Amino acid sequence: MEDRNDTIIRVEHVSKLYGPNRTEAVRMMEAGATKDEVYQKLGCTVALWDVNLEIPRGKIFVIIGLSGSGKSTMVRCFNRLNRPSAGRVLFEEADLAAMDKTALLEFRRNKISMVFQSFGLMSHRDVLGNAAYGLEVKNEGSMRSYLGGMFGKKKRVEREKREQKAKEVLAMVGLSGWEHQSCAQLSGGMRQRVGIARALANDPEVLLMDEPFSALDPLVRRDMQFELLQIQRKLQKTVIFITHDIDEAFKLGDMVAIMRDGKVVQVDTPEEMSANPADDYVREFTGSADKSKVLTVGNIMITPSSLVRITEGPAYAIKEMRKNALSTVYVVDHQLRLKGILTIQDAIRAWNEGLTIETVVKTEVQTTTPDVLVADIMPAAAEAMYPIAVVEDDGRLQGIVTKASVLASLI
Amino acid sequence: MDWLFSFPNVLKIDTNAIDSAVRAFAVSAEGVLDAISGGLGGLVGSIGWLLKHIPWPVLVLLVVLLSWQARKNVRSGILYGILFALIGAIGLWDMMIVTLSIVLASVLIALLIGLPIGILISGSDRANGIVRPILDTMQTMPVFVYLIPALLLFGMGNASAVIATVIYAIVPVIRLTSLGIRQVDKEVVEAAKAFGSTRGQLLFKVQIPQALPTIMTGVNQTLMMAMAMVVTCSMIGARGLGMEVLEAVNRIQIGRGLVAGASVVILAVILDRMTQGWFSGDEPESTKREKAGRAR
Ligand SMILES: Nc1ncnc2c1ncn2[C@@H]1O[C@H](COP(=O)(O)OP(=O)(O)OP(=O)(O)O)[C@@H](O)[C@H]1O
Ligand SMILES: [Mg+2]
Repeated sequence: MEDRNDTIIRVEHVSKLYGPNRTEAVRMMEAGATKDEVYQKLGCTVALWDVNLEIPRGKIFVIIGLSGSGKSTMVRCFNRLNRPSAGRVLFEEADLAAMDKTALLEFRRNKISMVFQSFGLMSHRDVLGNAAYGLEVKNEGSMRSYLGGMFGKKKRVEREKREQKAKEVLAMVGLSGWEHQSCAQLSGGMRQRVGIARALANDPEVLLMDEPFSALDPLVRRDMQFELLQIQRKLQKTVIFITHDIDEAFKLGDMVAIMRDGKVVQVDTPEEMSANPADDYVREFTGSADKSKVLTVGNIMITPSSLVRITEGPAYAIKEMRKNALSTVYVVDHQLRLKGILTIQDAIRAWNEGLTIETVVKTEVQTTTPDVLVADIMPAAAEAMYPIAVVEDDGRLQGIVTKASVLASLI
Repeated sequence: MDWLFSFPNVLKIDTNAIDSAVRAFAVSAEGVLDAISGGLGGLVGSIGWLLKHIPWPVLVLLVVLLSWQARKNVRSGILYGILFALIGAIGLWDMMIVTLSIVLASVLIALLIGLPIGILISGSDRANGIVRPILDTMQTMPVFVYLIPALLLFGMGNASAVIATVIYAIVPVIRLTSLGIRQVDKEVVEAAKAFGSTRGQLLFKVQIPQALPTIMTGVNQTLMMAMAMVVTCSMIGARGLGMEVLEAVNRIQIGRGLVAGASVVILAVILDRMTQGWFSGDEPESTKREKAGRAR
């Protein structure tokens, strides 16, 4: 298939309204009213309004927003637990609304599965029984095979097969040996592992996760995030992950969509979203994130206002520094490869004593590369006497990072 | 001013007309009614036949074993066994068997009708809206009011008793089945749907198992209400312990009435304990753990 690594799910102009007076509400929204105004006037909740999204295959796509912004409503449209009031949701370019009953069951059994905030486990089944649930409903899917296999050998074989598979996924989430425990006896983290195992057992293409880690305490949560990342990188599933925690979003997301009052405000990579928030709402959200763990040196470096070639004379260097009110300047060769740093004192000494720049330039310069996280150069930046040079692998100078720019990036 | 103190009876309902309508119906539908009454009588008869052909020591032992299992305690098993044997010891064994067969037949029919209705109204607000007022009426209507039509349509005897008992006792199993299914955690139901369960799979693999403790409470209550009808039903010809009590009352034989009454109570207590512990004995424990785990 040609667009194998392109969009797996496409959301086109999806709206979802709850409550009375929906036609009137649509008219008000089209005229530019806000969600609150519509609710006050008509008692109709606009849970989603004109949402457009493209979910890339094989990536973790995070949807973030405040409580009530429509995240759960959106994610439930992906497996048709919710039907949009307007607009379309396309899975591999096929409209979900067009599916009949059987097609929908097949879709849910084979293509997409879901992990829930309070786990959604069945307390009358043990760990294994929960993990195997999806396979069980698939096996016994048609009444005929159900009746035919009820007493027969086929049923036993299928049962053993799906329990084998369930054990494999349980092992993957670290629950080997817990198969026959009751779910009620597990801790929250372990229960959500069961939830994840259950979702993986069907080998779906898409994993929907509605705030899966929100009910867990912070330490357990960190472990689970890490494990989810590992599993995703290993299995290359498409993950649609809902959260209201910006740190979690930026840590997990290859792409992040931010929602407000039922609308999508910005869809971007975490770096882009931090660096260029679309509006104040996004800025406020990203502002609360620990940005140094998101932003790279490349995002915050500045272009040096002045550069001196190594073949230049000291007089030129002094003039450049005077003109730009600098006390140091970076020295490069003709290919813009970094040669060192020249201070104003050294330049004056060279001029007095008739030396070339090459003989006085300081070559032990602190350097870094553009893809390093700001968090990682923070200690060095705090210590450094001079700005840190940002160089590419081939030694070409890309920009500089000053103490001031590091600090500014955090606010 | 007299008219202010005597309410004007402007709407004159001809109760005689209702009587004759019911009678006419009884005549015209005689075939169907006879079939029903025959079927019910047969059911009670066969349960009674079965119980009568089990040697009494086996029945007593069965009570000991079942209540031991249900209560997880040998001592209460033996206690209930002794109480059960006591009914026989005072000479009321055969009447107890008759009463038991009427009660069991009624409960069986109440469950056969009540469980599907409970499931139906748990899933549909419309059906719920229709059935609820009927249930309310059935619960508040004085029992005697439907004893009479039952008598008219099905005659004196076990069939009428079973019908009156079913009408009286069916309400809790319907209500609690519906309640239990509605109370199943919304996320669990969503999960079942999200994994591609059909309606049937959702119902039998998730909703009913999850609601089972509540449903069983309903079954237990239905059984208890059927026991409560024992004496009342003797007025329309049900034999057994109820008839014994009724006769004692009519002849003002206090002792005889007390002994028979006590037997009814013992039977009720044994049935109650046996069903209660059996289905929900370990439930509170695991529910507690569930809740504790969730708070964690
Ligand atoms: N079944 C429903 N009936 C009526 N209103 C609903 C329903 N489901 C959701 N809503 C409303 O739609 C809006 C969006 O709800 P949604 O659950 O999608 O928000 P959310 O972003 O998931 O919030 P949270 O972080 O609290 O889970 C809310 O205002 C909510 O009250
Ligand atoms: Mg939500």
